Order: sequence, then C-alpha cells, then structure tokens
Amino acid sequence: MKEHFFDKKSNVTLFIRGLFAICVLLVGADIWIRIHGEFGWDGFTGFYAAFGFVACVGLVLTAKSILRKLVKRREDYYD
Amino acid sequence: MISHLPPAAILIVGALLVPLFKGKVKSAYLLLLPILGFVNLLGLSHGDHLHTQFLGYTLTVLYCDRLSLLFGYIFHIITFLTVLYALGERNDLEYIAGLAYAGSALGVVFAGDLLTLFIFWEMMTISSVGLIWARRTERAFKAGVRYFIIHAIGGVLLLFGIILRIHETGSPSFGYIGLDGLSSYLIFIGFGVNCAWPLLHAWLTDAYPEATIAGTVFLSAFTTKAAVYVLARAYPGAEPLIWIGAIMTAFPIFYAVIENDLRRVLAYSLINQVGFMVVGVGIGTQLAINGATAHAFNDILFKALLFMSMGAVLKQTGRINATGLGGLYKSMPFTCAFCIVGAASISAFPLFSAFVSKSMVMSAAAHEGFTAIWLILLFASAGVFHHAGIKIPFFAFFSHDSGLRPKEAPFNMLLAMGITAFLCIFIGVFPQYLYSILPYQVDYVPYTTSHVLSQLELLFFSALAFTLLMLSGIYPAEMRAVNLDIDWFYRKGARAFLWALDVPGAALGKFLGKRVFGATVDYLEWFGMNPVVALIMAGESAVAVFAGPEYRESLRKRVEADLEHYPGNVTRHWAMGTAVLWVTVILVAYLLLYYRQ
Repeated sequence: MKEHFFDKKSNVTLFIRGLFAICVLLVGADIWIRIHGEFGWDGFTGFYAAFGFVACVGLVLTAKSILRKLVKRREDYYD
Repeated sequence: MISHLPPAAILIVGALLVPLFKGKVKSAYLLLLPILGFVNLLGLSHGDHLHTQFLGYTLTVLYCDRLSLLFGYIFHIITFLTVLYALGERNDLEYIAGLAYAGSALGVVFAGDLLTLFIFWEMMTISSVGLIWARRTERAFKAGVRYFIIHAIGGVLLLFGIILRIHETGSPSFGYIGLDGLSSYLIFIGFGVNCAWPLLHAWLTDAYPEATIAGTVFLSAFTTKAAVYVLARAYPGAEPLIWIGAIMTAFPIFYAVIENDLRRVLAYSLINQVGFMVVGVGIGTQLAINGATAHAFNDILFKALLFMSMGAVLKQTGRINATGLGGLYKSMPFTCAFCIVGAASISAFPLFSAFVSKSMVMSAAAHEGFTAIWLILLFASAGVFHHAGIKIPFFAFFSHDSGLRPKEAPFNMLLAMGITAFLCIFIGVFPQYLYSILPYQVDYVPYTTSHVLSQLELLFFSALAFTLLMLSGIYPAEMRAVNLDIDWFYRKGARAFLWALDVPGAALGKFLGKRVFGATVDYLEWFGMNPVVALIMAGESAVAVFAGPEYRESLRKRVEADLEHYPGNVTRHWAMGTAVLWVTVILVAYLLLYYRQ
C-alpha cells in the first residue's frame, strides 16, 4: 500500500513542532510589535494567545464534562 | 439595458420548466438560469417598480437598493455554484425545489411590501421542504415534517403581525419597522424563526443534515440569510438583537464539539456565524450593518464550500459520522484542500474571506462600548476555529485512518468547490470589491499589523489547545450518539401528546360515549315511545315531592303502574274531547296570527 505523508510518524512530529514554533514566533512578534487593540487592555502582550488557548480548553472541557453528560443519548433514542 | 423583471420570476418559472429538458441540454439549461438572472439583476435600477393592486392596497413586487442588490448578487452566485455541484443528480425534485427556493429567497429580498414578502417567505418554506424530502428516507421525511410545522407556526405569527401592521399604518409597504407595539414584535419573532434564534433554532440542526447532498448546500444559503436581510431592513439597531446574536455565536459551538454527524456540526456552526450578523444588525451603525451584510455574503460562500466538501465525502463513502471517517486526504486530496480553504475562511484567517467581514462586526461592538458582547464574540471566534476550522477537516480527512479509499469527487463537484474556494480567497485578498457593493461607504481597513497579529495569535493558540488536548487524550472521543436539543420538546412532547390522546383520552372518550352520549340517546328513545305518559309521569313525580303523605303514596303508585306498562297504549290518554279542544286552540291561534299581519 502506498505510504502517505502523515503515515510517517516523523512527519506528524514535524507538523506538531512546526505549530509550536509558529506559536513561539507569534508571541515573540507580539513582544516586538505592540498590538493596538480595540480597547487598550487587549493590546497587552499575549492577550489574544492566552484568550484563544483558555477559551478552547474551557470550551472542550465544558462540552465534554457538562453538556455531553446532560444531553447525550443512545443513537436510536428518537426511533 | 434597464430591466423591470423581478429576479424571482426567472428562477421560479425556470424551475417549473426543468422536467422538459434531458441530458446535456438540461445541464446547460440549469446553469443558464442563474446566469440569466444575474444579467437581469445588472439591469435593475434603484427604486420602486412593478406596482399592482390587491384588496385596495398598492403592492410593490420589485424594490431595489444597495442592500437588496448585495443579497441579490450572492443569491445568484450561490445558485449557480450549487446547481453546478448538483449536476450529477438524476432527481428532478432537487433541481425544481432548489431553484424555486432560490427564486423565493430573491422574491423576499426584492419585496417592496409586506404581503409580497409574506408570499415569497412561505414559498421558501414550501420549496425548501422538497430539498429535505428529496433524500427519500424515513428520517428525512420526518425531519421535513417537523421543519415544515415549525416554519408554518413562524409564518402564522408573521402573518398576524403583518395584518395588524397594515391595519395600524394603513400601508403595506416594507421598510424600517423598529420595535414598537404588538405587530412589530410578531413580525420580529416571525423573522426570528427563520433566523434560527436560540430556542427557535432546532429546526435547522434537526433538518439540514437530513437533506440531500446538494439540498443541504442550497438550504445553508437562503433561509437564514434572507432572515438577516429582513432584519437589517426592518430592525437595524434593535437592541435585543445584540444579545440574541451573541448567544447564537456562543451556545452552538459547545454542541458542535460533541456532535458526531459532520454536517450537523456545520449546521451548528451556521447558527454561530449567523449570530455575528444578528449582532451587527442589532448594533445598527453603518460599520455594523456593513459588517453584518458582508459577513452574510462571505458566509454563504464558505459555508456552502464546507457543506459541499462534506457532501462529497458523504456521496463517495456513504458515511458522514466522524466515527466512521478519517484518512480521506489520501484518496480525495482536492476535496480535502477545498475543505481546508472553507475551514480557513470560516475561521477568519488573514487572506481568507471572514477575516475582512467578521472583524467589522467586532470592531463595531467595541466602538459602541459593548465589551461583554465583544468578549463573547472573541470566544466564539476561537470556538468556530476549533469546531469548524479544525474538527471538520481533521476528522474527515486525517485523524485515524478509516481504511476507506473512495474515489475523488466527480469533476462537476470539484469545479463547484474550486470556484467557491477561489472566491473565498479572492475576497480575503481583495476585500475592496466586496466593500464597494456594501450598503454604506466603507472606510474600514482590515489589514493592519495589529489585526493580523492578534487574529493569528488567537487562531494558532486555539490550534495549540486542540493539539495538546488531542495528544493528552483529554479531547472527547467522537461517539455514535444523539445529543438532545430544543427539538426534544416537540419530538418527545408530540409523543406525550399522542400518548395522552391514546390512553387517558381514549378512556375519557369511552366514558363520554357510554355514559353521556349513549345514555342521552337511550333516554330520548325511551321518551319518544310515549312522550305524553312520560311527561305525565314526570309531572306526577314532581308534584309528589310537595304533596302530603297520602296523596304522595297514591301518586307514586300511579307512576309505578305507568312505568310498568310503559309505553303502554300510546293513545290511552287521548280522549276525543281533549284532542278537539287542542285542534281548536291551534286553529284560533293561527287565525289570530294570520290577521295580525
């Protein structure tokens, strides 16, 4: 069978390391270049980075541990 | 060339002629219709056209300004692209319903009065159900019925509002309404049903994923965006919309994270994106309205692109659940690439379309001092990247290898996705063309260092969160399951209603039938056998209550004797003299009445 790009473990690792590197570069750029935000306080270094990270972790944990517990039913629930 | 032909007419009449064509001629005909419509649109001039009289009111079938033209352009573009995407289908119902639906949406957008608007509004509902039923499965049929009932209720509210409004103002014309009094609220809620406001939204996530492959693409474009259009025209600056929209952006993303059906994930994200538009309309400043309408334009394209890519996956694999997919990038690389363009566009990556429109709404919220709303929108922006931007392409095309190696999607589907993807990038790179057709003059600059950097930070750290949650195994595994939503109330509620009819209802019916209706008939039948004796018995029984003890005893005996022989000799009590007396009385009465006249 033909091997594809992500079949190689090293390519997956490379991809993930690339993502980490971009994140580091962005925060580095944020220290270098001042963000002129909508309010002033959102120009604080790393505000958008922290917000994005915390929002997504919060979103996933809430959806998984609260919403899914409340609303998940068997697939044939309505049948 | 100046045209006064309503854009709705071309597509609706065109839809009815679809069955006349076959093979390649049919494909050409289907593609030609939206092109003809677009050419006609270019010839329309601003203002009122096509007046007609109805019940003493002057109706304006065609009203045209910058706002209606913007929606007119995008509705034609998406009709063309969806028809191109659908060309392989042999089911005429899909083409007829799809084109009539698109035509009806155009009818709404160019309606100059409330009655014309209402007629096209209802035609949208009727034709769109065809796109759900065309799937021809029992699930789709039932979902279509539920969809239809909810829209019918919304339509009735709207009609009540319109009738009241015309009665109050004396004019059916459609323009700014604003929130003042019952009629305006009824119309507002009628619009809100189609806009999928929270609590009124479940028809969308229930029915859209059950429609046909092309049907869902059609559906994603028109109903909610036509609702955004009417809100932008009639209720700009209505403050409740700001909060309604903010809730719309936030709550669906939680559902989207745990949903397994990838087209349903997109349906939730559709509500999330419409939320941004509703917030913009609610803020109501020129920047906000520009943002809301520009985002509607962009959303129609990238949401269609995402639904097209998932439709291609469904068509080629027969599956749409995240649990059954994965690894498809290996055999469907083009579909995968187009899906990623759609994902990047909805996530508002710089150089993709939402980047130049969503931020207008957010800036407007910030300028007007809505800090809490702005924070909710920022949360929703991170969330949409998470569930639509990453989840959709990741679970369909990457993730664990499902072992499926389907063929790449047919050429017409790839072409439709390719053009749509091109438009998403083109608008992202050259926003000035979109800005030039917005309702108001635009002086917004999307590409500033701060905006690009802050947006990239938000998105890449969202991606980082996803990656770390995945690697650590915290990210919730996809599960084959149903997630309850508001539709539970009517899906289970309807069953409870049927049970109530069936069990206690049937018992009540049996009781009423036997004890009340049956007994009454039996009694009347008994009474009819000898009414005179029956009445005499009743009279004697009544007198017996007040009589002295001895007389009461004799009366009771007589009644008992009569009862025993009842009905007895029917003529027994009719002495000849009494009969003659009665006949005389009646004749005299008749004579007197006759002479009085």
